[in-house]
Amino acid sequence: MTTTSGRWDAGVIPYAQMGYYEPDYEPKDTDVLAAFRITPQPGVDPAEAGAAVAGESSTATWTVVWTDRLTDHSRYQAKCYRVDPVPGAPDQYIARIAYDLDLFEEGSIANMTSSIIGNVFGFKALRALRLEDLRIPVAYVKTFDGPPHGIVAEREMLNKYGRPLLGCTVKPKLGLSARNYGQVVYEGLRGGLDFTKDDENINSQPFMRWRERYLWCMEAVERAQERTGEVKGHYLNVTAPSMEDMYERAEFAKELGSVVVMMDLTVGYTAMTSMSKWARRNGVLLHLHRAGHATFTRQKAHGVSFRVVAKWCRLLGVDHLHAGTVVGKLEGDPNNVRGYYDTLRLGHVDADPVKGLYFDQDWVSMPGVMPVASGGIHAGQTHQLLHYLGEDCILQFGGGTIGHPMGIAAGATANRVAVEALILARNEGRDMLAEGEDLLRAASRRSPELQAALDTWGSVTFDYESTDTPDAVVTVTP
Amino acid sequence: MITQGTFGCLPDLDDDQIAAQLSYAVDHGWAISIELTDDPHPLNRFWEMWGLPLFDLTGPQAALHEIRACRQAFPDQYVRVNAFDSRKGRESIVLSFLVQRPAVEPGFRLERQAGPGRRMRYTLHPYAADRPHGERYR
Repeated sequence: MTTTSGRWDAGVIPYAQMGYYEPDYEPKDTDVLAAFRITPQPGVDPAEAGAAVAGESSTATWTVVWTDRLTDHSRYQAKCYRVDPVPGAPDQYIARIAYDLDLFEEGSIANMTSSIIGNVFGFKALRALRLEDLRIPVAYVKTFDGPPHGIVAEREMLNKYGRPLLGCTVKPKLGLSARNYGQVVYEGLRGGLDFTKDDENINSQPFMRWRERYLWCMEAVERAQERTGEVKGHYLNVTAPSMEDMYERAEFAKELGSVVVMMDLTVGYTAMTSMSKWARRNGVLLHLHRAGHATFTRQKAHGVSFRVVAKWCRLLGVDHLHAGTVVGKLEGDPNNVRGYYDTLRLGHVDADPVKGLYFDQDWVSMPGVMPVASGGIHAGQTHQLLHYLGEDCILQFGGGTIGHPMGIAAGATANRVAVEALILARNEGRDMLAEGEDLLRAASRRSPELQAALDTWGSVTFDYESTDTPDAVVTVTP
Repeated sequence: MITQGTFGCLPDLDDDQIAAQLSYAVDHGWAISIELTDDPHPLNRFWEMWGLPLFDLTGPQAALHEIRACRQAFPDQYVRVNAFDSRKGRESIVLSFLVQRPAVEPGFRLERQAGPGRRMRYTLHPYAADRPHGERYR
């Protein structure tokens, strides 16, 4: 029982005294657990701030209400059970909060987000608030459909094993006519890519309407299959103003024989879940572009970590999700990115502060999501990409394909040869990371396409410090 | 030339390179299957099995021996090696590469059937499949 003296007196009393702070609480296996990074306003006690977050993300309002007493209120109250200072950041704390399973609707990311990141992020007693991680209990995981296909089924569908898949976003991302756009698709796929991709902001604009794009892209895909004898795909973006439009576009893509469609994170959790159900029903792979995520994932003190977004997307069910490159042009601390990849791919993920993972997460039998590495990467980094990201991922070289001096197909060939040559060498027992540049140079002696790629981009790097890094620092001990 | 397989865009592997890949598979405890076909359609997934998959291998030699025997029996067909990982969460193929291709690969014909509203139905047709089994690639 959480009642304290005066708990039910009318007026305002601290959240901690209303039962939202319980340092002795033992989280249940069925609880949803959250780790929040809190930055209380000056003078606000961290435990009270943690209790306030628990309260505002569950049953509490700002004042005492007698109607709580008509319910089994202690069960519905979230409980802040632990508050730890953040090393090196004197104004920040990690508050761990447990939520009873009954607070959430089965299979609903919309409901989970409305609860856990609903009102609470605007709460005045905090200067900043960030949802760092969630532990989704097995009982809740099992109410979600998960990826429509997942990594294993996708590989079987495509007949592609043992190496990363290769993609490329058509560039320029805006302005190409449908016919010219399709030409880029054809050249990329016949050169050796497995997929090409609409960009997130290619939907249905005046210069190229969606139906024209789909027709020309599928002509390109079929021609490339004829040339190579391989299954090929183009992510047809079905992002649209309404759900009805999205379904119409997806149906047309399916009728034309596309193996994959894509959508943008901007459509929202419910629309993504609807598309996931459609993709499962129709046997079409579902690619998700995380458009807009950095508006709330990038700053370390406020927002939602991408590892949480990745978890939500695996639950609601996508087959591909952009998750960072480590070496490319976009934000991504190597350890954090590793945490995202583990979250998307593994069956069980252990808590690991180095990777920014606060909780063990059991995915039971839910299939893995193929992480997509995209943004400023090129063939000369292939050894690093394989080292950091492994083989169950999609490497998307956009500029690194289309900007090739010998043409788009040559750019595609360069990327494919680089990946295959390094996988071959790795399997032969070579040290791919240490010998990477030599191995690529050796492979390029039989591939003028790869040679030109290395000559053009070999030295391009993007060395900027990440803004979002784990608190734990690896200390090398002798 | 079809580019199916983990190393589809590299020059064809020689037997030393094949042995190294087989060793990699054996070291991971994967079973090795040898399969052949004269229909390289990208959706033809069930190639003829050259016997059962080889389980519990201790080195590459047994599989290499079977690959050579298969090539000798079917010199005009595609032969590939598949490696299977039986662990939970995968239980599928993890490596798949060609170890023989026919001397001449005639490729595919793409047939288009135009429909209303410019809808198109595509059919991919391997030229080799115009002839009956056993008479292709000769």
